[in-house]
Amino acid sequence: MSINRRQFLRRAGMITALGLGSSFVISGFRKKEVAVAAEFATTPKGLQAKRWAMVVDMSKFKTEADINGVIEACHKLHNVPKFPNTKDEIKWIWEDDYHHTFAGGHNEYLDDHVLHSPFMVLCNHCENPPCVKACPTQATFQRPDGIVSMDYHRCIGCRFCMGACPFGARSFNFRDPRPFIEEVSAEYPTRTPGVVEKCNFCYERLADGLMPACVEKSNGGLIFGDLDDPDSEVRKIVSTKFTIRRKPELGTQPSVYYLVGGGEDA
Amino acid sequence: MYKGGKIFASLIIFAALFTIPFFYNMGKVNAGPDVALNTAAIQQLPASEQQCVESPEFMRANHMQLLNQWREEAVRNGQTVYVNSQGKEFEISLQDTCLKCHATESASKPAVLNNPVSTTAGVSNPALNESPEFCASCHDYSAVKPQCWSCHFEPKEAAK
Ligand code: SF4
Ligand code: SF4
Repeated sequence: MSINRRQFLRRAGMITALGLGSSFVISGFRKKEVAVAAEFATTPKGLQAKRWAMVVDMSKFKTEADINGVIEACHKLHNVPKFPNTKDEIKWIWEDDYHHTFAGGHNEYLDDHVLHSPFMVLCNHCENPPCVKACPTQATFQRPDGIVSMDYHRCIGCRFCMGACPFGARSFNFRDPRPFIEEVSAEYPTRTPGVVEKCNFCYERLADGLMPACVEKSNGGLIFGDLDDPDSEVRKIVSTKFTIRRKPELGTQPSVYYLVGGGEDA
Repeated sequence: MYKGGKIFASLIIFAALFTIPFFYNMGKVNAGPDVALNTAAIQQLPASEQQCVESPEFMRANHMQLLNQWREEAVRNGQTVYVNSQGKEFEISLQDTCLKCHATESASKPAVLNNPVSTTAGVSNPALNESPEFCASCHDYSAVKPQCWSCHFEPKEAAK
């Protein structure tokens, strides 16, 4: 039973074709989409808006306690870990100085009060978010209400979004965050190593009819509402008082406004 | 054939060694997973609440697709309510809806904590609970590791 090279190749080819063909037949049958006879809906208690926005009233952030209380409220609720090494740091909302917050050609005769005030910074939920454009998996996306949100399930950890965000609003989980969460909150899941995270404007609380955790904790220092609604407090402040936004020249249209003149004298 | 005898003898030995596990286990019935569908937590609920979001047959076959749909709708589309095929409404929440029934009362049970499905080396914080027993019972059996618990927790009451 000797076969020549040509016969061997032909038989090998036939067997391969048979194998591939039958595996396709089997898996072809198995691949069925499930049709669930069901629907989805929103909750009536959820807060709705066309464009969520935040105003940071600088006159209300004077002491460390004002600032840290807000940061703690957010980071505790969202299980943001505390890593000992600042290179691993994860932050959703934090404090920064004027120069870092409003980088680029500041007025050197600016009032000392403004120059040395601590600014609360967080994701700006830009109307025109470069992070969303950069994300190859649509793990970062913009909701119809303007919130730039993340689906951690989809994030592949490429960090394109971090490179794209001009505000440094995003952090990457280089390490497993779970052992570094001091007090676990069961209100929100943790993350895994290899995903990016950032502020989500507490969309999970909005869905329950609650204001964001930082806003609740801020004693009026953070004002949150629908910029599209002419009667909302944020809209009134933004349209009648002097507010500034971070790096407006980049055209990302941030939704976080800083009320620098203070409540009284503006 | 050159050295035919040796080749065939080796082939037979190889085939015999290779198939030992099959013959060894032949005829032995492996006990299936023991899924607790009638736990104390479920019995405590009023009768109207004891039904799963869809029928057990459907859930057995399609729970993974259903979970994917839930995730997609809740996270991406802001739809946090699921209306099932009977028209009944459920909040979309792994923690507050699924685990209301399918949690374990035994977060501290060694069986659960040592469960390879529920513990991943390096991912541990004693303050966090591990995989609910319900999921683990089948997933252990079929060696399919669900990744839900690397981020999600058990229900609020159990986590405290
Ligand atoms: S601040 Fe950064 S992360 Fe937030 S929406 Fe704008 S670009 Fe994206
Ligand atoms: S790191 Fe995640 S969220 Fe960011 S761009 Fe990549 S996939 Fe998208």
